[in-house]
Amino acid sequence: MPERIYGIRHHGPGSARAVLRELDAHPPEVLLIEGPPEADDLVRWAADDGLEPPVALLGYAVDDPGKAAFWPFAVFSPEWQAIRWAVRRGVRVRFFDLPYGCRVAPPADTSTPPEVATGNAVRTADPIVPPPADPGVPQPADPVASRPVDPIAELAAAAGYDDPERWWEDVVEHRGMPVFEAIAEAMAAIREHAPEDPDDLAREAYMRSVLREERRRHRDIAVVCGAWHVPALTRKVAVKDDTALLKGRRRGKVAFTWVPWTYGRLASWSGYGAGVHSPGWYHHLFTTGDDVVTRWLVDAAGVLRAEGVPTSSAHVIEAVRLAEALATLRGRPLAGLAEVTEAAEAVMCDGEPLRSELIARRLVVGERLGSVPDDMPAVPLVRDLTAQQRALRLRPEAAGRALDLDLRQDTDLRRSRLLHRLTVLGVPWGQRAAARRGTGTFREEWRLAWQPEFAVRLVEGGMWGTTVVSAATARVTRQARDASTLAEVTALVEVCLLADLAEAYPPVLAALDTRAALDADVHHLMAAIPALARTLRYGDVRRTDVAGLATVTASLLGRVCAALPSAAGSLSDEAARQLRDGMDGVHQAVGLLADDSLRERWLGTIGSLAARPGLHGLPAGRLTRLLLDAGRLDGPEVRRRLRLPLTVGAPPAHAAAWVEGFLSGGGLLLVHDEALLSLVDDWLADIPADAFDAVLPLLRRTFGGFDPGERRAIGERIAGGRAAQAGPVVALDIDRAATPLATLGALLGRHLTTTESSDSAADDNSHPPAGEHGHPASGENNRPAAGANDRPAAGEHDHSATAENNRPAAGEHDRPATGANNRPAADVNG
Amino acid sequence: MNDGTTPTAEALRPHAEDQYAEELALLAAADDRPRPPGWRLSPQAVVTYLLGDGAKVTPKYVGPRRLIEVAVSTLATDRALLLLGVPGTAKTWVSEHLAAAISGDSTLLVQGTAGTAEEAIRYGWNYARLLAEGPTDAALVPSPIMRAMRAGSIARLEELTRMPSDVQDALITVLSEKALPVPELNTEVQARRGFNLIATANDRDRGVNELSSALRRRFNTVVLPMPAGADDEVEIVARRVAQLGKALELPEVPAAMEEIRRVVTVFRELRSGMTEDGRTTLKSPTATLSTAEAISVVTNGMALAAHFGDGTLHPGDVAAGIVGAVIKDPVSDGVVWREYLETVVRERPGWLDFYRAARDA
Repeated sequence: MPERIYGIRHHGPGSARAVLRELDAHPPEVLLIEGPPEADDLVRWAADDGLEPPVALLGYAVDDPGKAAFWPFAVFSPEWQAIRWAVRRGVRVRFFDLPYGCRVAPPADTSTPPEVATGNAVRTADPIVPPPADPGVPQPADPVASRPVDPIAELAAAAGYDDPERWWEDVVEHRGMPVFEAIAEAMAAIREHAPEDPDDLAREAYMRSVLREERRRHRDIAVVCGAWHVPALTRKVAVKDDTALLKGRRRGKVAFTWVPWTYGRLASWSGYGAGVHSPGWYHHLFTTGDDVVTRWLVDAAGVLRAEGVPTSSAHVIEAVRLAEALATLRGRPLAGLAEVTEAAEAVMCDGEPLRSELIARRLVVGERLGSVPDDMPAVPLVRDLTAQQRALRLRPEAAGRALDLDLRQDTDLRRSRLLHRLTVLGVPWGQRAAARRGTGTFREEWRLAWQPEFAVRLVEGGMWGTTVVSAATARVTRQARDASTLAEVTALVEVCLLADLAEAYPPVLAALDTRAALDADVHHLMAAIPALARTLRYGDVRRTDVAGLATVTASLLGRVCAALPSAAGSLSDEAARQLRDGMDGVHQAVGLLADDSLRERWLGTIGSLAARPGLHGLPAGRLTRLLLDAGRLDGPEVRRRLRLPLTVGAPPAHAAAWVEGFLSGGGLLLVHDEALLSLVDDWLADIPADAFDAVLPLLRRTFGGFDPGERRAIGERIAGGRAAQAGPVVALDIDRAATPLATLGALLGRHLTTTESSDSAADDNSHPPAGEHGHPASGENNRPAAGANDRPAAGEHDHSATAENNRPAAGEHDRPATGANNRPAADVNG
Repeated sequence: MNDGTTPTAEALRPHAEDQYAEELALLAAADDRPRPPGWRLSPQAVVTYLLGDGAKVTPKYVGPRRLIEVAVSTLATDRALLLLGVPGTAKTWVSEHLAAAISGDSTLLVQGTAGTAEEAIRYGWNYARLLAEGPTDAALVPSPIMRAMRAGSIARLEELTRMPSDVQDALITVLSEKALPVPELNTEVQARRGFNLIATANDRDRGVNELSSALRRRFNTVVLPMPAGADDEVEIVARRVAQLGKALELPEVPAAMEEIRRVVTVFRELRSGMTEDGRTTLKSPTATLSTAEAISVVTNGMALAAHFGDGTLHPGDVAAGIVGAVIKDPVSDGVVWREYLETVVRERPGWLDFYRAARDA
């Protein structure tokens, strides 16, 4: 025979041993290995001791590093052992699979990408294509590949083995038969009846043509390839058939490099998995000569001891006995992974799932990390970053410099996203400088400083993805999955928005949903809602699963509504303040959501809560106020409730808190909200003279918290008499005011008329989404009062409507719809 | 193994070895594999007895095969077996059937309680005789464990962690030396081959009387899980409900699979903290919500339907039972249940009746 073909099981330690044995017995002149031919040059690195498995060949399209695939090798991979064998002896190694360039090239005729088996195969030689964004999302099953993924595992399963390596040991090795001939025969039998994958056929055609070429040059050829391909390589096929199959394949430009790999990522449960469930066990099988079971269980005891679990030799003895008894019960000659795992669980783990998981993680999968020599060419993530730095004209410099970004500019927006994404990847090239203006939405200030160690972090970041955006996406997804508190996930939602990681959104939302469900603290839940509502309302994240976000927000609100009543009992002052702030935030958010049923639910909840006796004064007052603003309570009812806490039965502290809660939002509100002022005024006038002395300290306490200027303004309003207010309103130049209304109407999405602008404040509050700063009940109202003179420039971007807007009388203010209320402010100042 | 007190047919609940005597005989006849000393069946046949063979032998336990294999192998290596699990995971059920299959006797039982005394593990005295004759063999009252040692059969110990620690430790000699000294008579009882011990413990209240590490070391632990799939659980519930209905002679109620499935779904979802479609995460109540409880909720509902209803099982009949099973702690579980009702049950098509009934219950 001109060549010897070794059909192996990819990542099979048994195969690796057998291949080594055969190679030693019959040294070939050239070694052909199933793998991408573009990586031929990289084989020499295998001689370098710096290249320590597990490592992977990383191939990627030069023009689009997002298209990439990994060919991982562990120390027990037959291919790796064969390469090492050949490199040590100076035998030429050639990869002879279909070039990867043919796979990344755009297909000539079909619209489906030519990428093969997305990563669930044990076939190393088949590239493992990194999942697009989230390693945790299961890959859709490849509809074409109906051929067995791991044919040897199928044989083993048919024989009743769950561990193919055990089957190899028991059936193949122990019988002393010529291993590879037997496997080749078995495969020939399987392939006769299995459906053929068209991709396989092309690959095998290419393999055969390489084989023919080598036959002309060498006499002694060894081939290491997946057992599945053996029958195809030995079959007689006419040259022209192979040429026909391979014709018309375009070849993209690809680059290859070695990257460090881990056993965790070889294992199937970590996303980039190669489908090897137990790399640690295989490593053990390959490196341990005899006493496999005993040594394994001794190691397991060691793992437990390292974690402080007392595990004696007696445990190991009993575990070995149990493993052997189990093997006997199951009719197996030797205990396999299933038996040792179950024995370790029953004897050493005391039924603690954490301990079995520990053994699974440390031992069965293993935490071994490979390494590559320092002088290895760069990874794609670095190249992608370099390309983006060039495109965005951001040179890495060691000396720090400030960068002021205007997010309305496209380039600046992309710069901002890049910096945010790098931060996600643990490369804090840019640090956010404290913004000069708290609420500025379109300016970002950064300090840039490139540190040398970022290079290392980028290489590490390479494990998350090949481009900055994909790596950041994968990282955020992972963080969302690992997050333990709701706050962490909420922060990630914002990160997704800032870094524009649209694909990370669904998993982050899912994580948010999970944490929200498990978080029993209603304050955490309430704290999460405003950010979500803002995102929903203003977030301009393209391709974002807004429907998902809306669902999550709605369910979050549902949970808050369910949990709020029980959380509101027996509060300390501090907790009451926290609850008040939380409810304020949620209330604003509900306004932003513009969903009537949610609003109804929320108002219903706080309505019943407000009526509850024994509620702490601060939230009780606040809720009454919210309900008043929402039009749920009318004036007389509010007056009645106002009076209640100030009666004899209520302790003074409660009354003070109540008034504080009711009036919170500052004194300015009283200056401008006529309805509220008259309500308070009427109530004050209502208090009987003899009770007034008792109430006075409480009022002092509340009003004392206001600015002297505010107090003076309130006093002036009361003293001036409310009738006087009618003057300026009547003097309004209706024609002038009408000019901007059309534009405002378009902005607000509803029709405006001049009469509407004289509505009451309560009406205004029932339309919170009216403007960017749609929280009329809170401190935002300060702004109009401050007047035209000293208002900070921050708000300027809000008035882009028309030139008319700059006129003080019509709408200098952010919320033109409330113009009627604002106008008197100008009066006071004037 | 009646002592002639109650004929088997009259027993409210016959012992496993009596109820399934035919199956055991069938297995014994066909069993040609080596049997460990003192065993009535080979380990393989014991596994078959527990899991069923799809034909004559009915499954006693529906669950992972490997657990039963580990349990049987443990007993075959003469290590004691500790079955752990939350209430209602068939620990006692499995231990009874293991004992019945291995020794043909599941009655050598010690129930662990806070009041279990050392005599229950070792031996007691017939005081009348002790006073009259002094310490003699005849005055000795052997415990079930001592009898099992003499007979070479399996002894069962229920709720091991509920026994006081000092009583638990009386087991150490039995398990390590396989002998029980009787200093008063200056003799000892040595266990015959075939003797072994199956203990069960509830891992929810493991902290009650934690096993000493010396004792724990002598047990192999097998954790019995909650049923893995909804279909499995529906099958378990339906089968047990049918058996119980027959045994308690409840009036015939058409076993409404729909309601059984609903009860199982509610229990599974609350237990796992996730809806079956995997879309919504839920809080779990403090209650265990075991399969056994699902069985009792359905049985209860059937009794309600038969005696007070129109003879068919309606959502309302099971709703009250479910609420009672879920809400053990009125404060925290109440919130969990309301949240579940409002976010999951209410939205689910076809569940409106149940939602109303549960809300009113």
